[in-house]
Amino acid sequence: MEILLDLIEKNGLVFGFLVIGLLVLFSDILSKRIFKGRIPGSAIAIFLGLVLGYLGGAFTGGEKGISDISIFKGVGFFGGAMFRDFTIVATAMGASFFLVKRAGFLGMVSLLSGIVLFFFIGVLLALAWGYTDVASICTIGAGACTYIVGPVTGAAIGASSEVIALSIATGVVKTIVVTIFTPIVAKKIHLNSPEAAMAYGGLMGTSSGVAAGLAATDPKLVPYGAVTATFYTGLGCLLCPSVFYIILSMIF
Amino acid sequence: MNIYGVALLALSYLLGQWLGEALGYFIGINANVGGVGFAMMILMLLKEWFIKNNRLTHEMESGMDFWSKLYIPVVIAMAASLNVKSAVSAGTLALAAGSIPVLVCFLVFPILVKNFSPKSNGNPS
Repeated sequence: MEILLDLIEKNGLVFGFLVIGLLVLFSDILSKRIFKGRIPGSAIAIFLGLVLGYLGGAFTGGEKGISDISIFKGVGFFGGAMFRDFTIVATAMGASFFLVKRAGFLGMVSLLSGIVLFFFIGVLLALAWGYTDVASICTIGAGACTYIVGPVTGAAIGASSEVIALSIATGVVKTIVVTIFTPIVAKKIHLNSPEAAMAYGGLMGTSSGVAAGLAATDPKLVPYGAVTATFYTGLGCLLCPSVFYIILSMIF
Repeated sequence: MNIYGVALLALSYLLGQWLGEALGYFIGINANVGGVGFAMMILMLLKEWFIKNNRLTHEMESGMDFWSKLYIPVVIAMAASLNVKSAVSAGTLALAAGSIPVLVCFLVFPILVKNFSPKSNGNPS
């Protein structure tokens, strides 16, 4: 047993492939047998992944979900930024440059409206929860954009570390909510074409949430959502600590 | 050769990320601005160039195809390594500020698509 555990730790990434493969297999069986195919297997698998992430955090008290347990370290590497971005870029093979160009304007409009909406609704909620200083409300509003925009903004304008942690949590909640709800509402909001996916990616912004949600909705839409969502965090990091912060300072 | 496809993908990825980092640096923010997006566009352009010149072999394509199909498993692995515990227990404000704007955007989304879609007004700019 000890030899096996040792072997697994040494070959973390390979074990990660096996773990995720088994999880997908299990989800596919659940999808077919229990849900009669009404919920796609990938949606169940992503949800179960989140459950594992929760359990990992509950057992270890760490910040990286299940990958804080040493034998599952490879899962964290497999799901890390490098593989995530590399595989997203690979999905561009299935996208058409012509469509991306045609929907470029729609994508830009939705990027801007997304950042403005998320930021200012986040600000209103922070006010409703009793925060009054500009640095805190601005950081929480930025956290409502993504879990990267929050801490970048907070660090730039000097928010307290407690508020920065809160903004990261807000961004992670957003990613989870987008991941779970995208496949559920996709039909109702007509999220079914490349153009719509580009607008959706720009509006929602969280590239991990958008890509995971679209993957569970229709994998063909993933590259279109990802191509706009990827600009969101950068634009958010640009606007929140500057223009938006100045606007807030003038009001409060 | 499969590796040609993987290498082409790697080239696009690195060039795109580099552009994103450089753009972030020039605007003066400590973040990557659209690196993945640039990489995707570079890959799409390279693909078109390869097809035009009849250089895109089936094997090259399958080298890239493999990685694009790994996308969903990577997302599952990513979900399993998120800090879900602290996100759920960070308090009601994190839950509200993380979810209410998303719900609002579900309502805004159809309006946006209707008004700015290249199909409905014919002239995107």
